[in-house]
Amino acid sequence: MSEQFVFALEVTLNGLMAGVLYALVALGFVLIYKASGIFNFAQGVMALFAAMTLVGIMDGQVPFSHLINAIFGTDLHYFGWNVPALLAIALTVCVMVLLAWCVQRFVFRHLVGQEPIILFMATIGLAYFLEGVADLMWGSEIKTLNICLFGESGCLPQGINETIDAVTYEWFGYGFFIDNLDITATIVAAILVVALIAFSQYTKQGRALRAVADDHQAALSVGISLNFIWVLVWSLAGFVALVAGIMWGAKSGVQFSLSLIALKALPVLMLGGFTSIPGAIVGGLIIGVGEKLFEFAIGAPFLGGATENWFAYVLALVFLVFRPQGLFGEKIIERV
Amino acid sequence: MKMKLTTLALGAALAAGPALADLTFPDLSYRTGAYAAGGIPFSDGYSDYFTLLNERDGGIGGVKTRVIECETAYNTEKGVECYEATKGENPLVYQPLSTGITYQLIPKVSADGIPMHTMGYGRTSAANGDTFKWVFNYPANYWNGASGAINHILDINDDDISGKKIALVYHNSAFGKEPIRTLEELAKKHGFELSLLPVDHPGQEQKSQWLQIRRDRPDYVIMYGWGVMNQVAIQEAANIRFPMENFIGIWWSGAEIDVLPAGDKANGYKALSLTAVGDDFPVYDDLRKYVLETGKAAGNGDQLGTVPYNRGLYAAMLAAEAAKTAQEIHGTPDINAAMMRDGMEALELTEEKMEALGMAGFGPTFSVSCRNHGGPGLVGVTQWDASAKQWNLISEFAPTDMDVIQPLIDADSAAYAAENNLESRCE
Repeated sequence: MSEQFVFALEVTLNGLMAGVLYALVALGFVLIYKASGIFNFAQGVMALFAAMTLVGIMDGQVPFSHLINAIFGTDLHYFGWNVPALLAIALTVCVMVLLAWCVQRFVFRHLVGQEPIILFMATIGLAYFLEGVADLMWGSEIKTLNICLFGESGCLPQGINETIDAVTYEWFGYGFFIDNLDITATIVAAILVVALIAFSQYTKQGRALRAVADDHQAALSVGISLNFIWVLVWSLAGFVALVAGIMWGAKSGVQFSLSLIALKALPVLMLGGFTSIPGAIVGGLIIGVGEKLFEFAIGAPFLGGATENWFAYVLALVFLVFRPQGLFGEKIIERV
Repeated sequence: MKMKLTTLALGAALAAGPALADLTFPDLSYRTGAYAAGGIPFSDGYSDYFTLLNERDGGIGGVKTRVIECETAYNTEKGVECYEATKGENPLVYQPLSTGITYQLIPKVSADGIPMHTMGYGRTSAANGDTFKWVFNYPANYWNGASGAINHILDINDDDISGKKIALVYHNSAFGKEPIRTLEELAKKHGFELSLLPVDHPGQEQKSQWLQIRRDRPDYVIMYGWGVMNQVAIQEAANIRFPMENFIGIWWSGAEIDVLPAGDKANGYKALSLTAVGDDFPVYDDLRKYVLETGKAAGNGDQLGTVPYNRGLYAAMLAAEAAKTAQEIHGTPDINAAMMRDGMEALELTEEKMEALGMAGFGPTFSVSCRNHGGPGLVGVTQWDASAKQWNLISEFAPTDMDVIQPLIDADSAAYAAENNLESRCE
């Protein structure tokens, strides 16, 4: 087996893993778009906000301490305790639910019936507002995310997976690098997708959510509360953002550039469609593998490298030309 | 004696004259956005030093200083807007803290007659003061950094690195691309094999680059990174078990925030430095007494002694010393931008001066001249101790290979001079 083929295989596997991470971000977009027709520009910032809140709670940081200290002349920074990761995750989920309620109550409730572009612009405003609130609440410094679910055990693993390294070395004479964190992200993403599908298929709220996604007016006519469904869907998107924030934050520390991971989700959405959960996953995998293989085979050797960012969009555009609604998106037919 | 007379004259002028305007130092800061974690401590250090001068010394030469911040978010367009918005405030010197903004501002400051100091960043060939009258990049530039990294690798290989493989992982921007030319020349000179690995902004995803490093197995990796790119690169290097002692970052890739997320795995990582590390300097006693404890600090005080804070502090000290020099040259405490430029060009930092400032050994001693706006190009090497969570300076501030760098500076600045019809102005 040629050396280049073995390398390409390693790159493909890593592309699949990267694709899962992209899909994690894309899922949040899909949930909100499917239920409300809103393209949520703030999804990346929600991931940042969720991760910052999680670390802040775990470290016992006083929220808005800079503001409090500036106003009252105090010197508060930390409560002096550490919160266990599981409890901190639960509390962060509560914060994201509260955020969802606030978004619905104070923003989108007043915009019902407005054009999609107005709703989109509102999410842009929301993104910048949330970024500022996150900064005020938790500060701008880079925070280390070290999650251990059960005391000292059950920590998020990072680094090369020894088993895959050893097995592939035996098979190919070259040990593949697969990051344990990426494997964890893949398992978490799989569980998340199964849970979301089960929720939407087998629970009353899930069925209501699907009804709203299919037809707002019809759903309203049978007594489904649109306000409740929107809070629910924003809460779910907040939870997905938290998961994405944990996985990406574990790689790089929790910092403001986390909000830019949304840029990685856009080609995934273009390719997979804005309304399909499986589409987000498959789109993520195609983008992940496509950009990594292109960089390996053409970008790095012939184009000077750093082709991944733009190639992902080229790949998505090619798919768009042939299937404008994306691979799994619903075809929109408007009859005159 | 001459110094004392000048000080006396300045004092007399101050006592006799009308109220003087503040000495204004704009800070094109970035406290928001993807690069805020590095921008905030730098600006805090910059601002705190001027606050210290105001509180302890009554300003510079008896005139209070004023720092006006303008938020750029490390965005070139916003940086230019900030320049346009603040240039009417009688600024003495600009510190853009961004190579992209620097490139856009060079023609503007040259036309407006306002000096710009780009310490350890910006357009490297601005070191040629004969061409770049209004731009200064002392005490060292990116090409000194590239040479400093290679010198360090030479040191630990008994001066023979022929046949070695060295990879440059760089931010795919004007900043990251600066050292390529120098490294290519150094590769020819020393016979090492250079490979280039660009990383797109912001650098959150670098799997491809580190898989390539794992395949190609370079002996050393040099990094020109900034922001999240640094943390991800160090984490990825640890993941593929690249030996940290063979991983060397430029001074913008060597702060505490860059290595802490990787934990113990970052132990041994090296970074170049323009300044000493830590807060074991008398100036810090004054900072705590006059700035922090009086509640006048720009931040909450938890950044004191960190690498980016020290760098901001050092940049402010260099600006303040140049302002003092300008006051002495022109015999007035009330200086303008043109006088400040003269002060920067005549700046001389001696050991005695650094000692008096409470910053002995904080940075190299050097002098600036009409031809040399880049300083001596001395570079130190620091290494991260993960257990102590601190950087240690493991080398002297050593000279870099000016035999390679100077012709590159001359060639690049000559091209700029030809494009802009600039005459030689230095004797």
